[in-house]
Amino acid sequence: MLSIKNLQVSINGKVILKDLNLEVKEGEVHAIMGPNGSGKSTLASVVAGREMFDVDKGEITYRDQNIFEMNPETRAREGIFLGFQYPVEIPGVSIANFMRTAINEKRKHLGLDSLSGAEFLKLMEEKKKLVDIQSKLTNRSVNEGFSGGEKKKNEIFQMALLEPRLAILDETDSGLDIDALKVVANGVNKLRRKDNATVVITHYQRLLEYIIPDFVHVLYDGRIVKSGGKELALELESKGYEWVKKEAGVQAQG
Amino acid sequence: MDTSINTIPLKEKLLELFEENQEVIKGKSTPLVNRLRKNALSLFGKLGFPSTKLESWRFTDLTPLLNTEFEFDFRNKSRSMDIEKIFTCDVYDLDTFSVTLLNGWFVYQNAALTRLSNGTIIGSLAKALEVYPDLVDQYIGKAAKPEQAGLTALNTAFMQDGLFIFVPEGVKVEKPIQLINIVDSDSPVFLQPRHLIIAGKNAAVTVVHCDHSLTHNISLTNTVIELFAEENAVVDHYQVQNKGRNSALITSSFFQQKKDSRLTSHTITLNGGFTKNMVDASIKEPNCHSEHNGLYLVDSNQHVDNHLFVDHEAPGSYSDQLFKGILDDEAHAVFSGKVLVRKESQKTIAHQNNKNILLTDEAKANTQPHLEIYADDVKCSHGATVGQLDPQAMFYMRSRGISERSARQLMMYAFAMEVVQKISIEALRDRMDHLVEKRLKGELSICDQCMLHCNSKEPTTFNIDLSKI
Repeated sequence: MLSIKNLQVSINGKVILKDLNLEVKEGEVHAIMGPNGSGKSTLASVVAGREMFDVDKGEITYRDQNIFEMNPETRAREGIFLGFQYPVEIPGVSIANFMRTAINEKRKHLGLDSLSGAEFLKLMEEKKKLVDIQSKLTNRSVNEGFSGGEKKKNEIFQMALLEPRLAILDETDSGLDIDALKVVANGVNKLRRKDNATVVITHYQRLLEYIIPDFVHVLYDGRIVKSGGKELALELESKGYEWVKKEAGVQAQG
Repeated sequence: MDTSINTIPLKEKLLELFEENQEVIKGKSTPLVNRLRKNALSLFGKLGFPSTKLESWRFTDLTPLLNTEFEFDFRNKSRSMDIEKIFTCDVYDLDTFSVTLLNGWFVYQNAALTRLSNGTIIGSLAKALEVYPDLVDQYIGKAAKPEQAGLTALNTAFMQDGLFIFVPEGVKVEKPIQLINIVDSDSPVFLQPRHLIIAGKNAAVTVVHCDHSLTHNISLTNTVIELFAEENAVVDHYQVQNKGRNSALITSSFFQQKKDSRLTSHTITLNGGFTKNMVDASIKEPNCHSEHNGLYLVDSNQHVDNHLFVDHEAPGSYSDQLFKGILDDEAHAVFSGKVLVRKESQKTIAHQNNKNILLTDEAKANTQPHLEIYADDVKCSHGATVGQLDPQAMFYMRSRGISERSARQLMMYAFAMEVVQKISIEALRDRMDHLVEKRLKGELSICDQCMLHCNSKEPTTFNIDLSKI
């Protein structure tokens, strides 16, 4: 589904990602872990299409299409979803209006009819349950005045409405207490299907107790320095990132 | 060419016109009103038209307009018009008490003055001068400040007709009173409507002014509004401006508030070639609420200037100014808001804020929020921003599949909504909401409500182009 080959990305001349390779197939859950500043969020942003980065080298294909030929909205309509580490507040734009516009622009792109107001409201009520949202969202502005936990729940709620093929969740666990974490993880698990894939970006192993990954990759200094199964996350937890840094140093020297 | 040479002819022409037509202009005015005229005429002779040398006109140049060969009409030819044949106001389908001014003259429709069963009087100012001279005399000229502005002096000298509203003590007028101002002329016209609105003690009233032009010709409208909110009165005052690019609309609103009164004014400029709105609110007695909101959506070479002055002459009052604008193409907006808190006006709370979004590098906003405080126990704030739409929010929306165009539309709409949401009447708020949305999508024409005129001509449409940020 997603294939990243030899990717090098920089911002203002500073190289952030170096020769990065990653292969994600349908039905898989990948976790990308790494210390702060290793390039995790940059990777997520580049796949979603944020324009502030320069892609110096390499390629990304998504469902056999060159991702760099698609603007962010086309990527989204084709099924890529980015759960933001810091969801943006948009005062005055209601969540309902925001999501209805998003869904209908996606449906138009796919050649489907728009959802009516009533159909949309029904869908929204259904998806709210998934992440345990009780409040009426119709009158609330996107993320405005939301607590950290509410913002993250709202990301998963949007994901549930948009039903992406490839969801990239950037530090969705940061700032969540254990109850909120469980709700968010539970939402993500319920949305898992054989034909979609999830990439979970996280600093801590904690989230991976609830969202069980098929693969764990360790990103350090712009490269994936180690890949393995779910046990790698536990190993990282006990040995810490210093262990990875040392190994990476050894690799670089060797 | 020296600008003073250009301004002299129209000024002198007006002074002459007054001499020649004074019997017609005076009509059935009271002696007091005629004394006001005389005094105002001499003030106009001294002050003349405003120039950019004046602080309040620094960024707005009236002089090019003054070179126009205007026609003047001092007789009401509009009274017998069947207004519904040429115009239906779409601003809202509320149940309103609706009256019309055509070229500054009251259109009689059923009656020149209506007295409701609760004692409220609504109608033509010219007729009110005849029928209720004592009532008019009690208020007229008490709020306006002709000594400070040549245009107010000019209007005072020439005033003949306009809207008159009197709401007696304790009466709450349920239906909003709507005034539709239409300009429709084959030649350039100079109009000077004068409105007098009185809300008695404990009274409540909502007044909506809608300004339209049905003409492609140049028009200059110099309106003066005097509004009195007596003790504990509640007044909602709306101005909705949707004018053509050859229309110049200057509105000077003088508000006077007594103890415990609540006044909310809204000035919504959807279109207009040249628009200048001056608000002068005097808080004469304690514990008043004086709120002034504005929204302007302008493009092409439209010019809109909002000039506000709130004078806290008494303690314990609250005032708030919120003006927001979206500017496209070479549009130019000016905001100047001043709050004066006098020494004795302790416990004053005053806020002002002006926010502008510029869609092009050519669009321009001059903004001057200004506080002048002489009391020491007050809470005041002011702020101004000129900027573009938040790029973070833009990417967030696009990452959900929303096109750049739709994302801009949603955000501009949201930006404007902060003002629209302050409209207290739900039906009017919904209509305004709809008009703003249409305006931002480029679907609102100034000819929208016109049924006869533009059939033979290309409709004048304005379009804020969203693809330009």
